[in-house]
Amino acid sequence: MQLTKHFVWLWLAVIVTASPAGFAERTLLNVSYDPTRELYQAYNVEFTKYWQAKTGETVSIQQSHGGAGKQARAVIDGLDADVLTLAISYDIDKIAATAKLLPANWQARLPNNSLPYTSTMVFLVRKGNPLHIQNWDDLIKPGVAVVTPNPKTSGGARYNYLAAWIFAKKKYGSEDAAKDFIKKLYKNVPVLDSGARGATTTFLQRGIGDVLLTWENEAYLAIKEAAPDSVEIVVQPQSILAETPVAVVDTVVDKKGTRDLAEAYLEYLYSPVGQTLAAKHHYRPAKPELVDPKLLADFPKLELFKVNDEFGSWANVQKQHFDDGAIFDRIYGQ
Amino acid sequence: MSTQIIVEQPDSTAAPIARRLAAQHDSLWVKYSLISLTLAFCTLFLILPLAVVLTEASAKGFAAYRQALVNPDTLSAIRLTLLTALITVPLNTVFGISAAWLITRFKFPGRSFLTTLIDLPFSVSPVISGLVFVLMFGAQGWLGAWVSTYDLKVIFAIPGIVLATLFVTFPFVARELIPLMQEIGKEEEEAALSLGASGWQTFLRITLPNIKWGLLYGVLLCNARAMGEFGAVSVVSGHIRGLTNTLPLHVEANYNEYNFAGAFASASILAALALVTLVLKTLLEWRQAQNRR
Repeated sequence: MQLTKHFVWLWLAVIVTASPAGFAERTLLNVSYDPTRELYQAYNVEFTKYWQAKTGETVSIQQSHGGAGKQARAVIDGLDADVLTLAISYDIDKIAATAKLLPANWQARLPNNSLPYTSTMVFLVRKGNPLHIQNWDDLIKPGVAVVTPNPKTSGGARYNYLAAWIFAKKKYGSEDAAKDFIKKLYKNVPVLDSGARGATTTFLQRGIGDVLLTWENEAYLAIKEAAPDSVEIVVQPQSILAETPVAVVDTVVDKKGTRDLAEAYLEYLYSPVGQTLAAKHHYRPAKPELVDPKLLADFPKLELFKVNDEFGSWANVQKQHFDDGAIFDRIYGQ
Repeated sequence: MSTQIIVEQPDSTAAPIARRLAAQHDSLWVKYSLISLTLAFCTLFLILPLAVVLTEASAKGFAAYRQALVNPDTLSAIRLTLLTALITVPLNTVFGISAAWLITRFKFPGRSFLTTLIDLPFSVSPVISGLVFVLMFGAQGWLGAWVSTYDLKVIFAIPGIVLATLFVTFPFVARELIPLMQEIGKEEEEAALSLGASGWQTFLRITLPNIKWGLLYGVLLCNARAMGEFGAVSVVSGHIRGLTNTLPLHVEANYNEYNFAGAFASASILAALALVTLVLKTLLEWRQAQNRR
């Protein structure tokens, strides 16, 4: 009996010590998409330093990463994000429409349509480019294995799909030709991962595929972190502009009393420090004039098409291409 | 005549004994091929993967390994995993014993239905186990409005992780105890009660010693699953680094960040926790043997 009593006390003591202590300091939760992990790890250090120097307050920034669609879903289900840094404006629109956590005009509240940085999609091929993959037409040749994630769950995958669509429509002149091109392209996709990072792992670690379609920043990171001598980037002269917006979640910051902090956090992204960090992590800064030109040398000058110019709006894109029973389902099922 | 019988006796039985021995023992060929098959299987599926974890964890040297472990996010993941196990395992032990007691000692309508119900967490996918809590406590869920009026955090916070783990590990103790208690029967307990022992005394002095080893095994399995659960926890966690990432989720996050040393270091901690529970079990068995002597 004595022993049991000791055990119970020990158990309670361990539980109490293991429970996370209540934070005296204010915290900010940044809910983001997959490839931004490294950018925000670096940015959070800089921002907390800046905020400490400016106000004397010590704050801590928490991060949550995952496929953009999945992250939006979690916020709708109650994940208390103070700020959103997602891959596609449509995901934030959905949060505004379904859960009413921020106003519908959220995108007008920060400079450059709430886009502190943008990106584009590139090809990553095996070193020496053994299959001579130079452009989109090479991807639909028989025997070329293309790795891209599932456009239903991944923001990057949607940009890949739309970039292919824009290319085909411009080159072959009609929607039907574009549909046909997309069908041939996805015939060459052996596996659809749920997010960009999963697709990168499939391509690099598991060695599947001849070409990976991915974010420009993700391609550079993959080369640096995982495979310096085994892959290289192939850039297309024309591609899609990947618009990756940020927003403060009004309902959450008002409840937690973090509005000033959350707004400063996003505004600081547009500062020379934020813009330089974005460029260092291979995101295209919204204000390149604030960044050392040497850092911009890595970004080739491309003609980048905007989703809204080509398709009207993300809501249209979603309805025509990615909803259940829409074009993607019809071609991928066949 | 009598001498002949004495002489004959060993002769007449020798052959059947040899035959009986042959029947009891497999031939050497079968014996050794089975042993080597088991060994090969264990090496391929148990020892090699464990070796991979350990070598990958130390691939960048001991300093990197230590660095990965003292990382605040790793420490927080370890703490959260231990906390979850410390809450869920005792609760499920109590639930499991009560359920087994109820099912094996009483006859009531719906008893077999209850037995099936206890197995439910085994038969549904862990993803569903997580999703039910999102659908219940999520902001758009059934109890979402109620939860937010009181400003409670259930999913995407520690309570949700504990709830999901509780659900997934619920059957382990009960499943071990039900067949055992059915086999033991209730005669000893009835004898104790008729001799004037109270219900609590009967449980402590009769039932508990009888089911001790089954219970321990159930608790160990429950603990292993509570620490290792990925699917259900992944759905309700929200993946906030340093706050709601358990060890298995932390391993995945590190792997996805190209931090292989960190991923395998965390995995080695997870493996070590499993080994600690095994050592605890062996220690208890050893102590038990000492007490008997």
